[in-house]
This record gives sequence, C-alpha cells and structure tokens, in this order.
Amino acid sequence: MITLVYDGTFEGLLTVVFEVYEHKMALVKVCRESMVQPNFFDAKRSIVSDTVKANRVLKGLHQRLSAGGVQRLYATHLSEIEGEDDNLLGFIRYVFSTNTQVEEDFGNKYVMRLSDTLKKVRREKHRMEAFVRFQKMADGIFYASIQPDFNVLPLILPHFKRRYADQRWIIYDIKRAYGIYYDLNEAEFIQMDFASGKPYNKTIFSSYSEDETLYQALWKDYFKHVNIPARKNTKLHLQHVPKRYWKHLTEKF
Amino acid sequence: MNDDRIREKLSILADAAKYDVSCSSSGSKRKNENKGLGDTGSGICHTYTEDGRCVSLLKILLTNHCIFDCAYCVSRKSNDIKRAAFTVQEVVDLTMNFYRRNYIEGLFLSSGIFKDADYTMERLVRIAKKLRTEYKFNGYIHLKSIPGASDELMAEAGLYADRLSVNLELPTEAGLKLLAPDKNQKDMIKPMNFIKNEIILRKEEKNLFKKAPLFAPAGQSTQMVIGATLENDRQILYTANHFYNSFNLKRVYYSGYVPVSNDNRLPGLSTAVPTVRENRLYQADWLMRFYGFNVREIVDQNNPHLDLDIDPKLSWAIRNLQHFPIDVNKADLQLILRVPGIGLQSAQKIVSGRKFGKLNWENLKSMGIAINRARYFITCNSRDFERRELSGTRIKQFILAGSQSKYLKQKPNQLSLF
Repeated sequence: MITLVYDGTFEGLLTVVFEVYEHKMALVKVCRESMVQPNFFDAKRSIVSDTVKANRVLKGLHQRLSAGGVQRLYATHLSEIEGEDDNLLGFIRYVFSTNTQVEEDFGNKYVMRLSDTLKKVRREKHRMEAFVRFQKMADGIFYASIQPDFNVLPLILPHFKRRYADQRWIIYDIKRAYGIYYDLNEAEFIQMDFASGKPYNKTIFSSYSEDETLYQALWKDYFKHVNIPARKNTKLHLQHVPKRYWKHLTEKF
Repeated sequence: MNDDRIREKLSILADAAKYDVSCSSSGSKRKNENKGLGDTGSGICHTYTEDGRCVSLLKILLTNHCIFDCAYCVSRKSNDIKRAAFTVQEVVDLTMNFYRRNYIEGLFLSSGIFKDADYTMERLVRIAKKLRTEYKFNGYIHLKSIPGASDELMAEAGLYADRLSVNLELPTEAGLKLLAPDKNQKDMIKPMNFIKNEIILRKEEKNLFKKAPLFAPAGQSTQMVIGATLENDRQILYTANHFYNSFNLKRVYYSGYVPVSNDNRLPGLSTAVPTVRENRLYQADWLMRFYGFNVREIVDQNNPHLDLDIDPKLSWAIRNLQHFPIDVNKADLQLILRVPGIGLQSAQKIVSGRKFGKLNWENLKSMGIAINRARYFITCNSRDFERRELSGTRIKQFILAGSQSKYLKQKPNQLSLF
C-alpha cells in the first residue's frame, strides 16, 4: 500500500490518476496534504500537480462521461470528505475499465457513493444560496460571512453573480479563508487581511450603512410574525435550519 | 420613514398574511437580463419558522382592513384587531431591501378588500408594476387575485406577476355559503378561467414571437381551508382534481384550519390544527400529480377518508394486493412508482441501474428505498423474499410495528407485567 499525497486541487487529483496508470499502481490511497496523518508504516509519495497530465486524464473522462458527469465529478471533489478521494479514484478507474457509459450504474458501489456525496455537496450549495445574509456596509458593499461544511464557494458563484448584478458584494468563507468579490462587472476570488481590511482598505468591517440596523430589525420582526404558534414543530425547524448555521443568520442571532 | 411605525405595520400585516400557505417560488424562469436585481429559478427556501414552514417570499397583506366577514379569517370585519395599511412605496422598499440582503426570493402580496375588488386589485398591480418597471426587479412576484376584479386588471397583473392565485377558501360551495356568506364560487372561478385562457393564449403567442411578453409564467394556484367545515377527504380531493384538470392549476394548497374564532359554526378555539390530515392530503396530491394515480384509486365511496396512521400509497397497496409482488428488475417504471417505500428518485435509479445488472436487496437499500415497507410488495435478484400469504391488515401491523411515526403522539400501550 502506498499513499499518494497531492495538493488538494482537482488538477492535482487528475495528476494522481495519471501517475496511477503511468506506474501501474494497484493498491493506493489518495490523501490531501492538509489531511496527512503521521503514519510510519505506509509509504508516501508526493504528487506534484501537472496541467499536461491532468488534461490528458480530463480528455479521457470527457470521452467516456457526459458533460454533466465531469461536472459532477468536480463538485464531488469539493466535498473534502476524508476517504472521498479514494472513492473518486475508484470511480475513475471503473469508468476507464469499460467502454460503456457507467454513470448510471447505481448497482456499483463507486457510482452509488459518488451519487450520495454529490447529493451532500449539492445540499450544502443550496443551503448557502439560501442562508447567505448580506449586511449593507457604509460604503455600499453587501457583505456576508459563511462557514459551509464543504468548499462550495466555486459552485455558488454563478448564482449570486446572476442574481445580484446591480450591487457590489462579498461572500467570505471564514473557515477556508477566502471569498468572492463582485464589483458590478466581474466576480473574483479574494483573500482578505481582516486586520487591515486589505485589499479593500475601507471601513467595511466597522460600520453598517445607515438603514442596515432597521432592515435587520424588520426582518427579525417578520420572521417572528409569520410563525404560527399553534403549529409549533421544533424538530422540523431544526431539521431545516441546523444550529451550526445560526450564527450567520440574521433572524437567529 | 418612521422606524417604529413601519415595524408595527409589518408585524400586523405579516401576522394577517401567514395563514396563506403558498410559499412556492419556482416555476418561473425570469432572467436578470437588464442588469437589474434578481432572477427566478427553481426556488429557494431562505429560512424556516419555528413551526417548520419555509419562508421564501415576503408574504404580507397590503392592508387587513376588510369589508367581508368570513368566519375562518382573522381579518374579518367583525374581528376586533389592530388594522394597518402599507403605502405602495413602503411595500416596494421592503421588497427591494429584503431581496438585496438575500432574505427572500420575492414578494407574495395579498390584501383585505377595502372599498371594492377593483380598487384593491389596482393597488396590488401598481406595486408589481413599480417593482418591475422602475426598480428593474426580476425576483418572484405572486399576486393574489381579488375575487370579482375586472378582466382588464387581471390581464395587467399577469404581465408583472410570476404567479396569480385565487383562493377557493373552502372545498364546497355549501361550506362557503356557511362561513363566507359574502363570497361565492362563481366570483372565484371567473378570474381563474380568465387566467387559464390568457396563459394558453400568451403561450401560443410566445411560440410565434419570441419577444411576446410573459404572462404569469409560474401559472396559477389555489388554496382550501381544511377542517373548518365537515367535508370528507373524498370531497376535498375530488375538488382538487377537478381544478387541476379544468384550470391547469400548478398547485392546490391545503391549509389546516387554525382556530381563530369562537364562532359556533366553527371548531372550538381549543381544537388542534389537523396537521396529520393536511400531510396525508398533500401525499395524496403528490400521488395524483407525480405518481400516475387517479383520484378514484386514492379515495372512493367506501373509503371517503384517507388513513391517518399510514400514507395513502401504502393504503392503496394493501387494498390492492392482487397487483403485488412485482419484480423490480422487470416491471415498468409506472408500476415501480406504485410500490410503497419507493419514491420518484429511487424509482428512476432502479430503472437506470438495472440496465447494468440485476439488482439485489443491498443495491436497493443503498439507492435509498425504504425496505421495511417495500419488502412486502417486491421481489428482486435474491432468493430472499416474503413467502407468507399475508393479509393487508397483517402487513399494516408489521409495518406500523417496525416504524416510528413522527405523528403518533401516543405510543400504543404495552402491557407491563411488573
């Protein structure tokens, strides 16, 4: 057994696949740098991301999977769940092992696991589209912090860019320390230094816009008054809005 | 804007609107092409209230002043409550500012009837128009059509709204006469008919000219109050079925009556909200719309009420054991959909998965099928299957014993020896 360590990017994972085939490795484990556990018994090898190798694998995948299938593979990779990369490798090996299109072979354990993980990632993506709460800052930027279970920022970008085309906004993933900034034209990934506020060296983290407090209060009022006490159902409420999301939800803090 | 006053208004008018259960924000594909604010898609529930209902729209009344006196309604004329009214601009500001903060998918605007139907409807339309034209708002707008409003106003409403709805209020004309003497079904059916015809017409236009304007792209829906009058489930579902078929409704909503009055025509104030019954009605509604069931298979003369302790699909299956067991590796999708414990998605997975090889219990389980219910009705690639000739009653007992209904408040008593 050998553990292949890579940088955690999708390109890196595809490079790993390339190496596995190149060196005809049979029993391997795949692991991200950030998740490596000290273990003296297994041999480790670092795999450096390589665009050319990754593209060759990607080309092969495109030939055997539908366009949606490759997209699903990418989305699943964003789950960052431990052991998921091994399943992805297993899935890709299964795809390359046959000439038929196996995306819908739900009797196969790799295909089914991929479908399950994808469901989790999509649910988290959908939750973030629902639970982002912008706060309007004094300089007119709408700012929101999130802490999603999976790395879904790349997946929610198109939605927010389409929807909030006429306002500047930032969505920042505190857990992974990066975010998206939309400047009315382009949306780009950014990393912020919260101490200095750079690169947006403004007062955005110190003051709300004039009407922000009122609208937060109105939203809380609204949330309280649409509730029907005679139908109270706490279990259902918690199932839909798990507690770990509360600290970023205006109506819950 | 006086902050305290607007907060008070919002509290009153949200309170008054919350009994309207429709919350859907899907079915429309309005794009943000003018670089304005918002778009619509498959709908997002932005949060859930403590009663577990989804909040996707800013659901408010324009005013709770009302000239009608419907017994089941909190805003009825004779009820002694605080009244308030928004201005057009106030509703526009609330909608825009809530939307910008990603609180909502759009606006659900209804109103008590002040002066007359047209006067009220005209205000609702004016708000929608202002949002669309002056504020470039492309989010979701659901307008309640006021029964008795003129065709011209309805036609204009459809140009700005994604969905229009007229509430039937009660499942039968007799119920309506009893509780809402000022209303009659004709006034509700007229605008529904108009909307239906207009939607068909505009769709044809749209096929010819790509630039033809949209008309209520998310269609129309309606709502009935359940449990305020004595209708049985058969009457309710037959009415729903009739309106689905005759008016191309997207949705019929069933709203369990929440006691708001000690009027002796209604259930008493201490009556519980019929949430289980409401849930069974929705399940039956889904069976009609997605699972290919005819309403007559779900309820009939001999079974006028839905079972409260098991779902309507299981109920149908144990009344019709002659169709089972079916072989999931061979049966048509339509038949697989009828198996208790198999939903739409897992049925699709079965049909896709079996092309690659025969499925066994393990495969079915990993696809998310509720084996504890499905096992009495199917066979698969395994020698293991239900061999006993079980009666419907026995199957029901087994299933109930092996599952914990989230609704069963009182656990069946177990005899204790000590």
